[in-house]
Amino acid sequence: MNSLYQRLFGGKRGVLNLVVLAALLLIVLPLSLSIFRLNLVGKYLTFSFVALGLVMLWGKGGVLSLGQGVFFGLGGYCMAMFLKLEASDPISTKIQSTPGIPDFMDWNQLTKLPTLWLPFKHLPFALIATVVVPALVAFVIGYAMFKRRVGGVYFAIITQAIALILSLGIDGNQGLTGGRNGITDLRTLCGWDIRSTHAQYVLYFVTCILLFVIILGLQWLLSGKMGKMLLAMNEREDRVRFSGYDVSMFKVFTFCLAAALSGIGGALFVLQVGFISPSLVGIVPSIEMVIFAAVGGRSSLYGAVYGALLVNTGKSLFSESFPQLWLFCMGGLFIAVVVLFPNGLAGLVEQLTQRFGPWFSKQRQPEAAPLVALSGAHTEKGTNA
Amino acid sequence: MIPTYNTTFLLAIEDLTVSFDGFKAVDGLNLYIEKNELRVIIGPNGAGKTTVLDMICGKTQPTEGSIRFHNRELIGLPEHQIVRAGVGRKFQTPSIYENLTVLENLEVSFPRGRSVLGCIAFTRTKDVTERIHKVAEDIFLADLLETPGALLSHGQKQWLEIGMLLMQEPQLLMLDEPVAGMSAGEREQTAELLKRITPGRSIIIIEHDMEFVARIAHQVTVLHLGKLLAEGTMEQIRQNPKVIEVYLGH
Repeated sequence: MNSLYQRLFGGKRGVLNLVVLAALLLIVLPLSLSIFRLNLVGKYLTFSFVALGLVMLWGKGGVLSLGQGVFFGLGGYCMAMFLKLEASDPISTKIQSTPGIPDFMDWNQLTKLPTLWLPFKHLPFALIATVVVPALVAFVIGYAMFKRRVGGVYFAIITQAIALILSLGIDGNQGLTGGRNGITDLRTLCGWDIRSTHAQYVLYFVTCILLFVIILGLQWLLSGKMGKMLLAMNEREDRVRFSGYDVSMFKVFTFCLAAALSGIGGALFVLQVGFISPSLVGIVPSIEMVIFAAVGGRSSLYGAVYGALLVNTGKSLFSESFPQLWLFCMGGLFIAVVVLFPNGLAGLVEQLTQRFGPWFSKQRQPEAAPLVALSGAHTEKGTNA
Repeated sequence: MIPTYNTTFLLAIEDLTVSFDGFKAVDGLNLYIEKNELRVIIGPNGAGKTTVLDMICGKTQPTEGSIRFHNRELIGLPEHQIVRAGVGRKFQTPSIYENLTVLENLEVSFPRGRSVLGCIAFTRTKDVTERIHKVAEDIFLADLLETPGALLSHGQKQWLEIGMLLMQEPQLLMLDEPVAGMSAGEREQTAELLKRITPGRSIIIIEHDMEFVARIAHQVTVLHLGKLLAEGTMEQIRQNPKVIEVYLGH
């Protein structure tokens, strides 16, 4: 029991991280932000699922994928297909030439629902598919690559190519996928209006809870033998292989795990934002997702969440005022992370606690009184002004 | 031609050849290792010693020939299958995991939980801990279990890697220059360690230090330009004129 607690939460430090993040996401933000902004935070959090996957794959496993948008998109499309079918009941689509099929299919002269779409009429199937489809695709790609010992830059380039192929494929098959516009105008989930304020609050909290469950699950996984294996593989792949491990299968597993997490993120994105389009699948979003993980600190689970939150908040605020400059800012940020703080925010926090941690714990007890006096003086000044 | 007859040897290497762009690094080599034998391979640089080990453990694919272990052909098997069949390999430069502690280094070498699912379900049970302590004792690192690999001395890293192999209880242990970079005292301890672990398994060692070889070897094989030059006890090798000419003479 004690060891389970240790493995899930990762000791005192881990509990502190969890409490701080939980307080921020579950209390501070919901109380201080309007539902419009909170919904945006919810959207950013869906990207942190992808970033968590990248922490496992890239930070721990040492395999960089520049195509995580593929899995985010697959998860999102699986969810969106179900919602779109629900929104396309014969009554609300009676003005179409073929009522009962999604509007974009009608515009593309389709008269019948494609077979691919049929199973997505059922919610359990769609929910399972949001996880299983990305994982399966990752398995096929991963098995083909890692069994042939493709890695490093080559793997990154291939994943990037796959992201491009999928986004172009979705773009080009308008009748089947909604094309460039994606799948839009999603309304209800089993009759529950996902656009209402109430639903947005519920979905936000569902996202947070899932995020915490996944973080704890990953901590459990990393604190066991798998964590050591990933470290070992990252350091000396040959030694692991000659200790009797099939290294490629471990990489396939991590890739599938990262893909499944991205898929969950994609599904939650669709529920909260109400659409999905190829613009979330291609190269640019995939690279942005890597930047979230890099800024947060690519081997820190909590760092990934903060990275996704901060970069996206920056993106929103910045592009509200200077839309043209955002891409430069993003590029600059990436360079800064690589050059100045390669371990991201998590590395920065680590450095600060190492430098000031002992200083704090030494000073705190004996000098408690002066600190109070100082803060007292400060407030006095504040009220006078 | 893959031989079909069976042998009583633990390892039977026949007509082994590998050529890299026409250069034959190993050329028609025959080598037989008995059970419980400690064999040392010596030879000048470029003789193909390390390449032979690479081919046995699956790192390099031979052009021709056969490598049979317990009469099972190893050529073509993936590396991890060869390890699971009972062949352990230590590399020339110590390859340990610097970010893991001595205990963790030994733990991940324990032959259980080698599949992905097995790895997820793996817990450090009593038999694992006991085995780790036993091996740590053997390799003189019992007091350093919590030390990160990066902080070990060069000699201790060599021992740790031997220990990682011992965790797997291999029937054939291949060590590439195990005492390189060790002090005289450490060499002595290593010789004692090797003698202690030989019963029950066979060991192939590549080594240059002739004094060390004389201390441990049962049989010595001399390679030269990818071919077998001589084979015999240390005494026979020392008096072999061909060996003196190409190797021991200078």
